[in-house]
Amino acid sequence: MSLDKDTVARIARLARLKVPEEELAPLAGELSGIFAWIEQLNEVDTRDVAPLASVSDVTLPMREDKVTDGGIAERVLANAPGDAVYIDPSDRNAGGFFTVPKVVE
Amino acid sequence: MAALTDLTLSGLVAALARKEASALEVAEAHLRKLDEHRALNAFITETPDRARAMAKASDARRAKGEAGLLEGVPLAIKDLFCTDGVPTTAASHILEGFVPRYESTVTANLWKAGAVMVGKTNLDEFAMGSSNMTSFFGGVENPWKRRGDNRKLVPGGSSGGSAAAVAAYMVPGSTGTDTGGSIRQPAAFCGIVGLKPTYGRCSRWGVVAFSSSLDQPGPLARTVEDSALLLQGMAGHDPKDSTSAPLAVPDFVAAARNPDIRGLKVGIPKEYRVDGTSPEIVALWDKGMEMLAAAGAIPVEVSLPHTKYALPAYYIVAPAECSSNLARYDGVRFGLRVPGKDLIEMYQNTRGAGFGKETRRRILIGTYVLSAGYYDAYYRKAQQVRALIARDFKEAFTRCDVLLTPTAPTAAFAAGDRMDDPVTMYLNDMFTIPASMAGLPGISVPAGLDKDGLPLGLQVIGRAFDEETMLRAAAALEKAAAFAARPAGY
Repeated sequence: MSLDKDTVARIARLARLKVPEEELAPLAGELSGIFAWIEQLNEVDTRDVAPLASVSDVTLPMREDKVTDGGIAERVLANAPGDAVYIDPSDRNAGGFFTVPKVVE
Repeated sequence: MAALTDLTLSGLVAALARKEASALEVAEAHLRKLDEHRALNAFITETPDRARAMAKASDARRAKGEAGLLEGVPLAIKDLFCTDGVPTTAASHILEGFVPRYESTVTANLWKAGAVMVGKTNLDEFAMGSSNMTSFFGGVENPWKRRGDNRKLVPGGSSGGSAAAVAAYMVPGSTGTDTGGSIRQPAAFCGIVGLKPTYGRCSRWGVVAFSSSLDQPGPLARTVEDSALLLQGMAGHDPKDSTSAPLAVPDFVAAARNPDIRGLKVGIPKEYRVDGTSPEIVALWDKGMEMLAAAGAIPVEVSLPHTKYALPAYYIVAPAECSSNLARYDGVRFGLRVPGKDLIEMYQNTRGAGFGKETRRRILIGTYVLSAGYYDAYYRKAQQVRALIARDFKEAFTRCDVLLTPTAPTAAFAAGDRMDDPVTMYLNDMFTIPASMAGLPGISVPAGLDKDGLPLGLQVIGRAFDEETMLRAAAALEKAAAFAARPAGY
């Protein structure tokens, strides 16, 4: 499997990752090398083998559907890049918002 | 009495219990070591004030007769564990300045047991690497050097800072995380003990996620017993991690204190004899088996036929999970934000500037293998191979109780080596990744020095949730190997 520059640019866009134009070609080379090495998996006969998604045998536990925490808006927003906006600045745990660049005109 | 910083973790617990030193004195002695060896770059954040406050609180608890399992023991925490009010970076620019407002379950357990945090250790960015060279905050230097050669060596990775801090006697123990060898390989490179528990033994809650089906926290320390003691303090079921095993925590320390392995069947997987392994490591491996046999164990040759496919399968599974986990770093809720003309460009700029080279590479691999039309060819195939690897181990364990293998194919290498070709770097983890893929526990024990005077480790792999037998074999190996070397100057 060989990846070209355009494919790398397409994956980078899917991953929302800005990759400078001059890095696309070297990356295509590196990734092609890695995928060529990964190709050896095709030697393994995996017909009728169920994929193993998790090594833990346990069934995922269920819990009662009830609120277990909350009222901690200040802690949730503490690391917001850009300024968080609080509904009630005198009671930050009452709720608030992350701010992002304008998305609708 | 020996210097406080020379004591083992168990020795420190005993000295504190006998009131030969206060927790505050112990903390101060270790903080001085942090000062002295700052050039190793083992820590991203030192927390001396918090260490002193925690030590004073520990002394107060002891005075009231409320001493916990690790009362007053100073520990270093890999900077991948969220610590309430203390910056947590994952060694990434994208998390620089992030101060969690919650505590990971594993560290909360340690503090509940009385331990004292001295700082957060350096690592490969998002725990992706085997050299600690991918850290945004610079590489860590291994306290060990080749005899007659002053070049700096890497401590291994990704828990390189945690391993170097223990090897340099800055702390008696530390936490790490292991996805494909990130505790065991740096332990081997630094001449200490590193234990990756069974997947599910320690909670992943509050640990910055890399590859969720593989990540597992565990301890690094200077002896097998110390690693058992730390694991005792870290482990336990946690309802906040749905993959945390709802099992009682066994007495790991008792297991580590019992090196009786008479009649124990030790499997030697023949597929681990691969080209590219240093002949000295192969010789040490043979010697390790001889030592265990001399202690009464029975060697058994076993076969793990899919061993060579573990590494390429891992490099599909881990990047795939990484690309999903790291999608959360979008510049919206925490961490770095780099502005753009619209929201999408803001995401792209933030992620392009915030992630380092290796992290970007793995996000791209992961995104590619999960993208439409490729999922079956890569991700599904890798999970099928993973099922075969797990089956290999299951069959081997019908014939033996533990496995003995080398931990890494070479001793520590020089900083900057092997950086050109990612696949060469990935091969460092060839002996640790198979057990990771099967979720099994593994421990690296320092077993000798190579001709250059560098430490080499051997790995004992156990059955799932049978860390006790693994610890017993590791303790026997430790006793027979009697590794007592220290890095010069530490």
